[in-house]
Amino acid sequence: MADSSSSSPLAGLIKSPSLMALAAIVAAAAVFLVLQAANDPYTFLQALMKSFGLGAVYALIALGFVLIFKATQVVNFAQGALAMSGALFVSFMVSDGHIPFTTIRNPLVDMSPSWLGWFLSVLVALAVAAILGLIIERLTIRPMVGEPLFSVAVLTLGLEIFLRVFNNDAVKIEFRSLEVPWGVDGFNIGEAFVSWSYIAAMITAAVAFVAVFFFYRSRMGIAMRAVAYDQEAAMAQGINVGRVFAIAWAAGAVLAAIGGIFATQPPVAQTGAVQVETQLIAFRTLPAVILGGLDSVQGALIGGLIIGFAEIMAGQYASGQTDILGAGYPLIVPYVVMIIGLLIRPYGLFGTPEIRRV
Amino acid sequence: MLDVANLEVVYNDVILVLRGLSLEVPDEKIVALLGSNGAGKTTTLRAISGLLGVHEGEVTKGTVTWKGSEIQSSEASNIVKSGITQVMEGRRIFAELTVDENLRTGAFTNTDKASRDDAYARAMDLFPVLKERRSSTAGYLSGGEQQMLAIGRAMMSDPELLILDEPSLGLAPLLVEQIRDIIVDINKQGVSVLLIEQNAAMALSIADYGYIMENGKIVMDGDAAKLRADEDVQEFYLGLHTDESGERRSFKDVKHYKRRKRWLS
Repeated sequence: MADSSSSSPLAGLIKSPSLMALAAIVAAAAVFLVLQAANDPYTFLQALMKSFGLGAVYALIALGFVLIFKATQVVNFAQGALAMSGALFVSFMVSDGHIPFTTIRNPLVDMSPSWLGWFLSVLVALAVAAILGLIIERLTIRPMVGEPLFSVAVLTLGLEIFLRVFNNDAVKIEFRSLEVPWGVDGFNIGEAFVSWSYIAAMITAAVAFVAVFFFYRSRMGIAMRAVAYDQEAAMAQGINVGRVFAIAWAAGAVLAAIGGIFATQPPVAQTGAVQVETQLIAFRTLPAVILGGLDSVQGALIGGLIIGFAEIMAGQYASGQTDILGAGYPLIVPYVVMIIGLLIRPYGLFGTPEIRRV
Repeated sequence: MLDVANLEVVYNDVILVLRGLSLEVPDEKIVALLGSNGAGKTTTLRAISGLLGVHEGEVTKGTVTWKGSEIQSSEASNIVKSGITQVMEGRRIFAELTVDENLRTGAFTNTDKASRDDAYARAMDLFPVLKERRSSTAGYLSGGEQQMLAIGRAMMSDPELLILDEPSLGLAPLLVEQIRDIIVDINKQGVSVLLIEQNAAMALSIADYGYIMENGKIVMDGDAAKLRADEDVQEFYLGLHTDESGERRSFKDVKHYKRRKRWLS
C-alpha cells in the first residue's frame, strides 16, 4: 500500500500554508457566489448557463488534445489552427456556398429545410477537417515515430504557425461570417437570458464525450490505449501503430473543427464570424486540459467546465474592479486556476500517475 | 516451418549483432535457443517478428522464411497476421488496461468474432487465474500472473508459431515449472514454439531440438537429448560439473576456472 496520507490532496493542503491560503480564497469565493446567487438568482443563473456554454466549448477542444495525447504522447499545439481551419471550412460551405478550395456550388445549402442542409454541410466540412488531420499525420508525424516526443511537440508548434498563414490569408482582415441555424437568439428563464449557442455547445459536447467513452472500449480504442502505454509491445500484438496515430489525428482534427465552430459563437465570440482570434481558442483551452489531466477524457470535461465557470464568474462579479485588475482580466483567470490545480495535483485532477505494483 | 538463413543484423548502422545465424523451427515442435547475455537471442527474435526498426536495427544479409515467403522486411502487424506471435522479454503487459482489455489487444489481428471468442475461451482454460481477475487492472497482477497474461495475450491471435523470450525471467522455481507445463500444453494444441531462454535446463527439458548461440552465431545444435548429454553444454549451460570419479566438483575447484573452450564451427 502506498502511504495514503502523502498522496491525499487534503493532507497536502494542511501541510502547506500557501495551499491553505489558496483553499481559503477558493472557499471565500464560493461563499461570495452563494450570497450573490441568493441576492440575485437570475443574474447568477444567466452567468451559470453562460459558463456551461463556455465550459462545453473548452471541453470539446480539450477532448481533441486528450485524444491525440493519449495515442501519441504528444501535446498537439496545432489544435488552434486546426480549429480555425475547421471553422473556415464550415464558413466556405455554408456562407459562401462553395465546396472548400473549389468554386463548385455546395448543393446542400439550397436544401430545405435549411437546417438539415446546414447540418450536412457541417458534416462535409468535418470530413475535410479529418482529411486535413490525416494528411498532417502522414506527412509530418508518422516519420517522427520513435523520435523524442519533445521534437514532435515543437513540430506541431511549427504546424500551427504554418496553418495560421493559410487561415489568416483566408480571413484577411475582415470577419468571415459563419451562420448557425439557431442564430444569435436565445430564450429567457425569468430574467435570465440563455443563448441557444450555449445549449448547442452543451449538447454537442455531451454527444462527443459519450462517443469517445464508447470508442475507448472498442477494439480500436483499446488498441489506441495500448499504443499509448507501450508502443513496441503494441506492435508485437500486431497492432498497426500508424493506423492508430492516423485515427487519433483525424478524430483530434474533427474535435478541433467542432470546437472552432463554437468558438465563433457566443459566449466565446459575440460576432458569429470566423476571425483571426478564433485560433486562440486552443491556447485558451490549455488550462482546462492541464487542469483535468492531459491523458484523461473525464478530466477534459471537468477541467473544461471548471475553467469555464471560473472565467465567467470572475467576469460577472469582479467587473467593478477593472481599475485594479485590468479590462481583460477574465482571460487570465483560467491560468490562475490551472496553477492552483497543478500545485495540488501535479498530473492534473484526473491524470493517471504511473501504475506500479507496490 | 520457420527457416532463418545466414541472418546478419546491424544496429545503428555499425553494431553487428548477428553474424550469419541460421536456424529452423519445424511445425509443431518446440525449439530452444540458448545462449548467455548479449549472444543475440533477443535480436534474433526481433528480426523474426519485425521489431528491429524500433531499435534502429536492420537485417543486412540473409533471409527469414515463414511458410514459403520471406518476411524479414515485413511489418510487425503483417507478421502477426501471418501467424507468428511473440511474448516479449519482461512480459510488457499494458499495465493501465484491465486483464480483459490486454487479452483483446492480443486479438487485434483476429477480425473474426467467432474465432476471437474461441481464442478467449482457450486462454481462460489455459490460465484459470486470469478468469478470476478479468476486470482488474493488469499492472496490479503478480509477476507470475503477468507472465501468464502475456502468454494468454499472445495466444489470442491464434498463432501457428509462438516465440517466447525468457518466460522464466524473474519467476520463482515453482512458477517456472508451471510456465513450462503451459508451454508443453500450448505445443500439444499444434502450435510450434521457439523458446529463447537462459534457463537451459528448463528449456532443454521440454524442447525437441536446441540451438546454442554465442556472439551472434549458432555454435552448436542438435536434438535436445543430445545437447543435454553433451559434456560442454552440461558444463557451460546446465551447471553440472562432475569430475572423473563422478562426484560433484566443489566450488573451490571451479573458482579459478577460466573458460578456454573454443567452438570449432
